[in-house]
Amino acid sequence: MIIETIVFYVLAVVTIAAGVMVIASRNPVQSVLFLILAFFNSAGLFVLLGAEFLAMILIIVYVGAVAVLFLFVVMMLDINFSELRAGFLQYLPIGAIVGIILLAELILVFVTGAIDIHVPDVLAVATPAPEEVSNTRALGNILYTRYAYLFQGAGFILLVAMVGAIVLTHRRRVEVRRQKIADQVARDPKAAVVLKDVKSGEEGSWKSD
Amino acid sequence: MAESNFWVDYILPLLLIVGYIAAIIVPVLLVVALVTYGERKIWAAMQFRKGPNVVGPFGLFQPLADGLKLLMKETIIPTGANRVLFIMAPMIMFALGLIGWAVIPFDAHLVLADINVGILYLFAVSSLGVYGIIIAGWASNSKYGFLGALRSAAQMVSYEVSIGFVLVTVMLAAGSLNLRDIVEAQKGLWFFIPLAPMFVIYIISALAETNRTPFDLPEAEGELVAGYQVEYSAMTWALFMLGEYANIVLLSGLCVVLFLGGWLPPFHVEPFIWIPGFIWFIVKTALVIFIFTWVRATMPRYRYDQLMRLGWKVFLPASLAWVVITAGAMHLFGWMPQ
Repeated sequence: MIIETIVFYVLAVVTIAAGVMVIASRNPVQSVLFLILAFFNSAGLFVLLGAEFLAMILIIVYVGAVAVLFLFVVMMLDINFSELRAGFLQYLPIGAIVGIILLAELILVFVTGAIDIHVPDVLAVATPAPEEVSNTRALGNILYTRYAYLFQGAGFILLVAMVGAIVLTHRRRVEVRRQKIADQVARDPKAAVVLKDVKSGEEGSWKSD
Repeated sequence: MAESNFWVDYILPLLLIVGYIAAIIVPVLLVVALVTYGERKIWAAMQFRKGPNVVGPFGLFQPLADGLKLLMKETIIPTGANRVLFIMAPMIMFALGLIGWAVIPFDAHLVLADINVGILYLFAVSSLGVYGIIIAGWASNSKYGFLGALRSAAQMVSYEVSIGFVLVTVMLAAGSLNLRDIVEAQKGLWFFIPLAPMFVIYIISALAETNRTPFDLPEAEGELVAGYQVEYSAMTWALFMLGEYANIVLLSGLCVVLFLGGWLPPFHVEPFIWIPGFIWFIVKTALVIFIFTWVRATMPRYRYDQLMRLGWKVFLPASLAWVVITAGAMHLFGWMPQ
C-alpha cells in the first residue's frame, strides 16, 4: 500500500526530528513538548504495525501521565540555560561513548540475527494473526500465563519505588492543623452545641466557660 | 486503468471519511451551542430567574449571538507570552473535545471507527485534555494562569486514576474493549445497576476531569480570576469554552455507553423499540448533561486539600476494591463473559 508507506515515512521522520529537537531546543519546556510529539508519532507507528493496544497504552501512560508530571516539574524549575550549556563539551565524551556502545549493541543484534523478525514460529508465538485474536487478548494471554511472575515482579518493583519515594519525601509537621474528617463526622450535636438561656441586660452570661 | 484505481481506491474513501467526520462534528457543535443555552436556562430556573430570552424565540439564538460577539472581538496576545504555544493551547483543547467522537457508537451500526480498543482510545483522549490547560497556563506568562495550570495538572492526573479503574470494571463486566460490544453486553441489564458504586465514582470523576463545579479549581474565579483562561480573549477564549463543553458532552456520551446501555431502549418491548436507537442515545446523554448542570447550580467549590483527599484517599481505594470485588465475584459465580 502506497498510503501506508507514506504514513510510515511521515511518522518516522517526525519522530526523529522531534527526538533531535528534544535535545537541541533551548527551552526545556519546549523539549518536553517535542518529547510528547515523539511519543505521539511512535504511537502512530504502533498503530501501523497493528499493535493498537500498545499504541493506546503508550499515549495513556507516557503522554497522559508521565509527560504531564515531567512538564509540571520542568515548568516549576528555575533553570539557568547558559550554565547548562557550559557543561556540554565537558560531558560530550561520556555521552558519545554511551551512544556508541548502544549503537554497536543494536548493530550486533541485527547482524548476528539474535532477533530475526522473519522467523515464522517466533511470530506465531508472540502475535497470533490479528484476524483470529485481538492483540489485547494475545498480550493478556501471554503476560498472565507464561510471564505471570515476571509481570507481577515488575509491578512490585514499581510499587516499592513509589512507596520509597513517598517515605523519603513525606514529613509530618506538628505545627500544622489538619482537618480530621472522621472526627468532624463523629461529632455529636448534643455534645457540641450548648443552649444557654440569656437574660436581657445580664452582661457576660453568653460567654462560654 | 491505474488512474481510475487511484480515484476509486484513495480519493473516494477520503471524501467519504471527510463526509462522515462533518456529519458527526456539525451536530456535535450544534449540541454544544444548545448545551450552553440549556445550561443557562436550567440555572435560571433553579434560581428563579428567566435566563436568556431576548435573542430569537425563547432566547434560542443566544449562543449564536455570543459566538458572533466573540468573533468580532480583538484577540490579545500578552507581551512575554510564548506566541506559538499561546495560540496552540485552545486549538488542542478544541480538537480533543472533537476527536473522541470518532469511536462513540450512536446506534448499533452508526459509528465512524469501530476499533478494538475504543474505550482505551477515549481514555487516552480524555487524559490529554490536561495539555491544553497546562500549555495555556504556561504560555500566557501570568501568575494566575500558571497557578491554574498547575492545579489542573494535579487534579486531572489524580482523578484519571479512578476513572481508569472504573473503565477496568466495565471492561471486566463486558469482556471487551470495543464500545459496541460493551453496549451489546448490557442487553439484559444496564451496568449502572450491578456497578452502581462505579457509576457514582465515574460521574464525580468526570466532573473533576472536565474541571466543572464543584471541582473547577483551575479557573476558580474568586481567587485565580479565571485561572488558565485569564489572558485569553475573543476566539481563543471561545475555543476553550467550546472544547470544555464538547468534552462534557463527550464524557456524558461515554457515561451513556458504559453504564446506561448506549442506544438500547430501557425495556425491550413494543412502544420503546419503535424509537430508533440514536434517539435513545441522545435522550440519555441529555439526561447526564442535565446532571452536570444541576450539580453546577447547587454545589459550592471544593477546597484544594479536600479535592486531593477525595481523589487519592477515597476514590482510589474504593475503585480498586471494586475492581477486586467485581473480578472475584465474576470468577466465583462463573459470570465471566465467554
